[in-house]
Amino acid sequence: MKLQDFDVYKDLLMKKSGLVITQDKSYLLDSRLTPVAKKWNFANLDAMSVALRGIPDQGLVRDIVEAMTTNETSFFRDQKPFDQFKQTILPHMLKARASVRKVRVWCAASSSGQEPYSLSMLVKENQALMPGWSVEFLATDLSEDILAQARGGLYSQFEVQRGLPINLLMKYFRQEGEKWRISEDIRKMVKYETFNLLDPMTRLGKFDVIFCRNVLIYFDEPTKRRVLEGMAALLPPDGFLFLGGAETVFGITERFKPMENTRGVYILSGGAHDRAPASAVAQPVGR
Amino acid sequence: MKSCLVVDDSRVVRKVARRIAEELGFSCEEAEDGQKAYESCQASMPDVIMLDWNMPVMSGIEFLEKLRQMENGDHPKVVFCTTENDMAHIQRAIMAGANEYIMKPFDRDIVESKFVQAGILEQTVS
Repeated sequence: MKLQDFDVYKDLLMKKSGLVITQDKSYLLDSRLTPVAKKWNFANLDAMSVALRGIPDQGLVRDIVEAMTTNETSFFRDQKPFDQFKQTILPHMLKARASVRKVRVWCAASSSGQEPYSLSMLVKENQALMPGWSVEFLATDLSEDILAQARGGLYSQFEVQRGLPINLLMKYFRQEGEKWRISEDIRKMVKYETFNLLDPMTRLGKFDVIFCRNVLIYFDEPTKRRVLEGMAALLPPDGFLFLGGAETVFGITERFKPMENTRGVYILSGGAHDRAPASAVAQPVGR
Repeated sequence: MKSCLVVDDSRVVRKVARRIAEELGFSCEEAEDGQKAYESCQASMPDVIMLDWNMPVMSGIEFLEKLRQMENGDHPKVVFCTTENDMAHIQRAIMAGANEYIMKPFDRDIVESKFVQAGILEQTVS
């Protein structure tokens, strides 16, 4: 691909989704956008980039952004965050929200639904601990196509074998031909909405817990900061943020800090879980 | 080192499964049917068994039922690896004492993820 063509895609993706694509990842453009070019009747990516230089069809732009931002996922991906949700976050919320009996969780890049459904199954499995509670999941993604898939809750044999224990498959899925559909009970716990993380977040409401895993890695630093600070504003002082294993808040924002002894979980600086000796600094000494 | 017994009547499948198990850090034995697997367990009880369903002489499910009656026969974690991919078979396997169930075809990712779910392997941080 010619450098000026690469730049057309790079600029478009940055502007529309915050995705940063570097020259060494240009092979991703080829593998993911060739089907899009075919769909829109362009001979190749170079021909498509000519169209993008003019006033491009918004449908084409959307297809390109979706093709580049759709990520691989699996049920209970990385396992640890789900253990932490069960062992640390749920017990905390059971105490702290006992009067309202309501917890809101946002899965900020839910892709084909495996993350919110894994969390819903986890909550369902622990329902005995929380009679009468409502745990709401809002799952958002940039891609409408992927959300349609998530809403349907229909997965291939390959997908239901990655990360999903067999007892949960038996309990919460039904076989439909070669595929497996997640039960209505689980599906109705999750609400799906298209959302671009670059857009103002306040309309989504407040959340107790936010999962934003393996998204920030695609953003540049100012975008990361903007997204993280937007999320900080949606959390109560005792809220939690989950980031992916390769992601961090260090050097990006001071609104969050990592929770002690837990990888990938972040708390608000100065919030209810922050045990840093801030008061020791603030207190006058030697009086 | 933990040990894994690979039970399948196809030499090709045994070879693939063995390679995956070895990559995951297991020492491996092979058996080509349920009877041979039973004899292997009598000689030495493995930590993990990857088990096919349809085999000559003794099927995987027959073997599993006999295994769970053996002394120390509840020690191995048993992971079915079979082309039988319907709920009835899955339920029967779990009732008989299987710990996990893989529907063929499988790859390393699936085996690793199932081993983690069955508590055979620690989750590696990715």
